[in-house]
Amino acid sequence: MLKQIEGSAAVAEAVALCRPEVICAYPISPQTHIVETLGRMVTAEKLTPCEFINVESEFSAMSVAIGASAAGARAYTATASQGLLFMAEAVYNAAGLGLPIVMTVANRAIGAPINIWNDHTDALSQRDCGWIQLFAEDNQEALDLHIQAFRLAEELSLPVMVCMDGFILTHAYERVDMPTQEQVDAYLPPYDPRQVLDPANPISIGAMVGPEAFMEVRYLAHAKQRQALELMPSWTADFKRIFGRESGGLTHTYRIEDADTVVVALGSVLGTIKDTVDEMREQGARIGVLGITCFRPWPTGAVRAALAAAKRVVVLEKSLAVGLGGIVSNNVAASYAGSPELVHTVIAGLGGRAITRRSLHKVFIEAIEGRLEPVTFLDLDHSMVERVLTRERELRHSGPIAENILRELGVVAAKVG
Amino acid sequence: MSYQPIRFYQTGTFTVGNRLLPDEQRSVQANMRRTNSLNSGHRACQGCGEALGARYAIDAAMEATQRQLVAANATGCLEVFSTPYPETSWQIPWIHSLFGNAAAVAAGIAAAMRVKGRHEVRVVAQGGDGGTADIGFGCLSGMFERNDDVLYICYDNEGYMNTGVQRSSTTPPAARTNTTMPLGHSPGNRFGQGKYLPAIAMAHEIPYVATATVAELHDLEAKVRRAMGIHGARYIHILVPCPLGWGHDPALTIKIARLAKETGLFPVLEAEGGKLTNVSKIKRKLPVEEYLRPQQRYAHLFKDPERRDVIDRIQQMADRNILRYRLLDDVERRA
Amino acid sequence: MFQIRIHGRGGQGVVTAAELLSVAAFREGRHAQAFPSFGSERTGAPVVAFCRIDDRPIRLREPIMAPDALIIQDPTLLHQVDVFSGLVPEGYVVINTTRSFDELGLSEFLASFRRERLCTVAATELALKHIGRAVPNAALLAGLAAISGRISLDSVIAAIRDKFPAKVADANAAAATEAYNSVTQDMRRTANAEAD
Repeated sequence: MLKQIEGSAAVAEAVALCRPEVICAYPISPQTHIVETLGRMVTAEKLTPCEFINVESEFSAMSVAIGASAAGARAYTATASQGLLFMAEAVYNAAGLGLPIVMTVANRAIGAPINIWNDHTDALSQRDCGWIQLFAEDNQEALDLHIQAFRLAEELSLPVMVCMDGFILTHAYERVDMPTQEQVDAYLPPYDPRQVLDPANPISIGAMVGPEAFMEVRYLAHAKQRQALELMPSWTADFKRIFGRESGGLTHTYRIEDADTVVVALGSVLGTIKDTVDEMREQGARIGVLGITCFRPWPTGAVRAALAAAKRVVVLEKSLAVGLGGIVSNNVAASYAGSPELVHTVIAGLGGRAITRRSLHKVFIEAIEGRLEPVTFLDLDHSMVERVLTRERELRHSGPIAENILRELGVVAAKVG
Repeated sequence: MSYQPIRFYQTGTFTVGNRLLPDEQRSVQANMRRTNSLNSGHRACQGCGEALGARYAIDAAMEATQRQLVAANATGCLEVFSTPYPETSWQIPWIHSLFGNAAAVAAGIAAAMRVKGRHEVRVVAQGGDGGTADIGFGCLSGMFERNDDVLYICYDNEGYMNTGVQRSSTTPPAARTNTTMPLGHSPGNRFGQGKYLPAIAMAHEIPYVATATVAELHDLEAKVRRAMGIHGARYIHILVPCPLGWGHDPALTIKIARLAKETGLFPVLEAEGGKLTNVSKIKRKLPVEEYLRPQQRYAHLFKDPERRDVIDRIQQMADRNILRYRLLDDVERRA
Repeated sequence: MFQIRIHGRGGQGVVTAAELLSVAAFREGRHAQAFPSFGSERTGAPVVAFCRIDDRPIRLREPIMAPDALIIQDPTLLHQVDVFSGLVPEGYVVINTTRSFDELGLSEFLASFRRERLCTVAATELALKHIGRAVPNAALLAGLAAISGRISLDSVIAAIRDKFPAKVADANAAAATEAYNSVTQDMRRTANAEAD
């Protein structure tokens, strides 16, 4: 059924349709609306049977999910940014134990400096923990991916992180097609655990594994994720059959067939990129887009195929490998058959800075005309950076960097974009 | 016919008293059909108080719940010595997640059982003093506040033993650990106000709080049984001497535990809803020296020159406990 | 695509206004996207919200820098925040005030825009009258409907009824209707004056 609702509400409704049995979450911007909506549904007994646990920290949230999942319940939680880091130990633990927990990450920057706005630093900080990571382009995909996530998680016995841009998607009202309970039930059977804590059949979960077997255990985790790459397309096809739309999958391509330049990105910025690409196509540029939906496992084959004919690749990412350059671009370069110099990294949108068609247009033209540096920070205020560096060179007691920059910037409230 | 009540004093594990008890009053451990939840073959040290305490407690819990029990275990000695891959000595469904989250994992298991309508299945969380009082404190308090239906058992050996004997917030004053060495003027672990978990648990006003030691089997089992008859958040704090960390003869584990009680250093009590309901009286009060001398971790107090000032301060702590918790009948009789 | 930018202060229902507008457009079978310029919740701080309406799916995610319409819920922002930034020459402006453009010191600036696309609404007064609270958003949306014709009053009211419980919805609808009529009247007066 078509609805005009907030992204968070759409996700909450979709999660509720998946019949979660234990929901445990700790509030953090910008995930709060998701959890509040689910909490209301449980209290009003619209979502039942379901236990909603008000935990005292994110670490506790993931831990409660671990206990619940290990005891055979379908478990769900949500977090962002600092919260994801606070539960990092438990995040790794859940993957290592092979528990099919589903978690929404409302992507947000990580401090210091504290910042509540969107970028991908949080999810990407956990890229190697063993969770499957999916990134939604819009709110329809966000809700669809949650439904797919539970199925994926339980088939593979692996936890799945569904990432959606904080505020940009979570707090945006847009049209979505909400599935029916019947459709979701047809797609997602009840949770049948591979391992479960049950007095009828006692097992020990979580033993210490020494050097004699640890390599093998880790290899299996890797192999399982690689195996997921082969299985996911068929699950996506299943989704299309039941829900009637293409959603999820490993990657999406847009106008890539004859593209000399391919822009690669994750999440909601793909929408703005596509609008920019349309404008440039009208002006004769041969440019296309590769959207990465499944970031982990990394879809090597799909990326390689999409970039096969590209003369240059521009990876536009809301993340930064401090001291190196790009995180996503590093992953992309590994799958690009061409020379590494042809993969350009554009760091953009960190901490929620708006990414505009105008700026994208400019940087894509620079790429096409061969003027783009290997690593660029989109819309960087170079003079401000210079002023701060000069101040630091001249003054030992230069004060906190962030505060210095804010002072340079002036009153933020007066700005619009 | 008139009856003369006869008192039997427990003098050690080899009690005459137990054999004269009717069946229904015998300990779970005395029963051939006990579950041996923590089975033999684990890798604990000789004389490990925690292995003993866990076996006592979990067997009693299994008995009380008709074997419908699931356990979540924090990282620590118990977890490490009981599950050396590829073996496990646990005969119950058991999960080890992390160091600081046993209480939260247990809460999750309890929620799962509730949502699935399996109301007969009960949940126990286990952790050492480190995993309970320090790194697991937040999760513990959260579990208490929510009144999750979990019995949390803390096996207190007063230090991080599995990592090589470092100090925790339950390490008693003057005890030597590898991070509280008695060098220079230092008496070992400093004299602070301590972190007394039973009182913290009581402050949360949860349905049941108790302390126990491995020296009093019946008492410990009775407390576990009582706890299992209650729903909601429950906490049992068991003193488990560690021959390695405390530096005592492994044959003396139970005796050391008894001495902790009989000197007044470890009050044995019960509380419900935040109010003290029962105190196990000291049978024959002993000076703290009797407890301190057999342990190498206090050896520095008895070297030349003897740290009489420190021993006196420890005695004051014991006396304060005796007064505060009314551990001696004498105190009341004198009044 | 029709892009509306709404300015106000926290607590005045700016974000809700954008949301209601998007729901109204949805009810007319169109695509709509509404989102706030995000920040920590704080009553009284300047707030901006955006709404895009189109007949095709909306993929764009950037803030609205060249609005086709502006709603200004709080006139104290006029000389504090650059509310008119990027407004297109054919743009619509709806300002919540009882004063005239002249009295607001805007005549000169607004001279470069199309007079018949600008209006004021005494939205706070209407809100206090019908709803009993100084939440001007419903009245201002109705004002936009009147001045632009790009959204119908019926759709705005339907969106209001979707969101609020009956009594509150009724009150808001009443404020909206009176605002709509008032703006329509003003428009007729202006047109007649120009004709003369």
